[in-house]
Amino acid sequence: MTTTAQDQSQKIRSVLVPAEERPAPSGAVSASLTYGWRALLKIKHIPEQLFDVTVFPIMMTVMFTYIFGGAIAGSVDGYVQWLIPGIFVQTMIMITMYTGITLNRDISKGVFDRFRSLPTWRPAQLVGALLGDQVRYILAGTIILLVGFVMGFRPEGGLTGVLMAFVLLLLFSFSLSWIWTVISLLVRTEQAAMGISMFIMMPLTFASNIFVDPETMPSWLQGAVEVNPVSVVVTAIRELMAGMGDFGSVTLVLIYCAVLVGVFGPVSMYFYNRKS
Amino acid sequence: MSAPAIETRGLVKRFGNTAAVDEIDLHIPQGGIYGVLGPNGAGKTTAIRMLATLLRPDAGEARVLGHDVFTEPKAIREKIALTGQFASLDEDLTGIENLMLLGRLLGYSSRDAKVRGTTLLDAFGLTDAATRQVKKYSGGMRRRLDIAGSLIVTPQLMFLDEPTTGIDPRSRNQVWDIIRTLVAGGTTILLTTQHLEEADQLADRIAVIDTGKVIAEGTPGQLKAQVGTGALKVRVADPARREEAAEILGRTLMTEVLRESDSAALTVRLEDESRAASALIALQDSGLAVETFALGQPSLDEVFLALTGHKTAHEPAEGDAPAAQEEAA
Repeated sequence: MTTTAQDQSQKIRSVLVPAEERPAPSGAVSASLTYGWRALLKIKHIPEQLFDVTVFPIMMTVMFTYIFGGAIAGSVDGYVQWLIPGIFVQTMIMITMYTGITLNRDISKGVFDRFRSLPTWRPAQLVGALLGDQVRYILAGTIILLVGFVMGFRPEGGLTGVLMAFVLLLLFSFSLSWIWTVISLLVRTEQAAMGISMFIMMPLTFASNIFVDPETMPSWLQGAVEVNPVSVVVTAIRELMAGMGDFGSVTLVLIYCAVLVGVFGPVSMYFYNRKS
Repeated sequence: MSAPAIETRGLVKRFGNTAAVDEIDLHIPQGGIYGVLGPNGAGKTTAIRMLATLLRPDAGEARVLGHDVFTEPKAIREKIALTGQFASLDEDLTGIENLMLLGRLLGYSSRDAKVRGTTLLDAFGLTDAATRQVKKYSGGMRRRLDIAGSLIVTPQLMFLDEPTTGIDPRSRNQVWDIIRTLVAGGTTILLTTQHLEEADQLADRIAVIDTGKVIAEGTPGQLKAQVGTGALKVRVADPARREEAAEILGRTLMTEVLRESDSAALTVRLEDESRAASALIALQDSGLAVETFALGQPSLDEVFLALTGHKTAHEPAEGDAPAAQEEAA
């Protein structure tokens, strides 16, 4: 017992790194990627957390198309071409909510104290979590598009158009997630984060052009629907998928992305740094 | 590097109307172990979190290794390591993944981080558990991995928040050995604990804190001199003869004898442990049958009783609220 204790002491002393041999702490990009890697490891260890990005999108796509298809457009076949790009956007941005909820759970654990005591760029912890989520979004998006294809969705824009739309949506999801990080830092429990997020999400997705053409809505609502970032994204995505990519609508989405990150990113960090 | 490890003046942190840390002044030189002793909710964790730049003080000044906590937090973070009260590890990841994660963040390449992590796991006797998720670790294993995570690069100053809370005695001794090894390697350690014995075993100097204030400071020797070196606990076989025993103890030791709620038990706070032998002889000479005659270190309760005149019956203060939440979860 005594000898093993001595052995261990000696061993530990022998593995201490002298101060001059330590590397410089990783930079902003590599720290963000490392936190992204952590998110992927968590998916590897807890694959159940992919439930929301696999089963949920299938359910949404099938349900909305068949329930609303006949009522809104007269036939499911005609509706699919219009609806799939909308469902694609809606499902993806609903999944972004889980980013905030996961983060809320994560931050309340001791490991975040450790991360915050490291000499790395602090936003990397949040950026990395959002980067890891991109993998989830890609999985979810692929599933939606495949299910759509099976249901008869044939985008005119071909593979190129779909891929461009996909990239644009990933960028928008990343930007939108900063709203959820703010909420997750402000509330105490996951349930509260979920409740507030839903409260924002419902009008954002339904008061949009996802399901129906806004022309059928009262004029005061049409105004709101037009500035709703979700409508802007849906329009751009529909155009890209239809092979009629429009520089103007894509630029508008990029501006929305910049505003979301520019406002909610710093606000997130403000609360993150003051989290006790 | 002659800057003190820690220097604070009038450090304050409030949560609502309660001051979790209430004007604390500390001067801790580099080298050795500094112990912060206090009950749950005394403000120990809050103080550490401010010094580790996790929490912004509401008032006062604090410099860590010569750097201001308000204006140079990053310089501080480059030189410190923190091992929290609840393992600062990602429970979903394996041991090696945790160390690789920290290694990469501290600037190692993926490959070097793995080599470094493997080396540390070996040194801490965790090689067999390398690919197991941390949530399946025992308390002692977690602690060791947690400390290993703080040693990826050697910190100049290491914060250990109650490093032995909730682990078994054997693991506790291992952790103590590790702490001593680190100090011998030149790291300064700030350790919080609820146990006088731990502070006495490890620390060169101790600050006793209660409700956010430092109520005593000194070497373990000075502190124990204030409190009495130890407590003599005597239990007589026949409760009816307790008064007789109390009288004999009071006479031979020339100090106050406390009557415990147990009707056969007595406690005497000793200034000088060597006199205990004469008390035992005196009891024997009088023909009193003694069941227990034990010399022990004063408990935290007794330390507080001696220093403040009140026991440590605090509600967990808001200062340790994150901890309380964690316990509830």
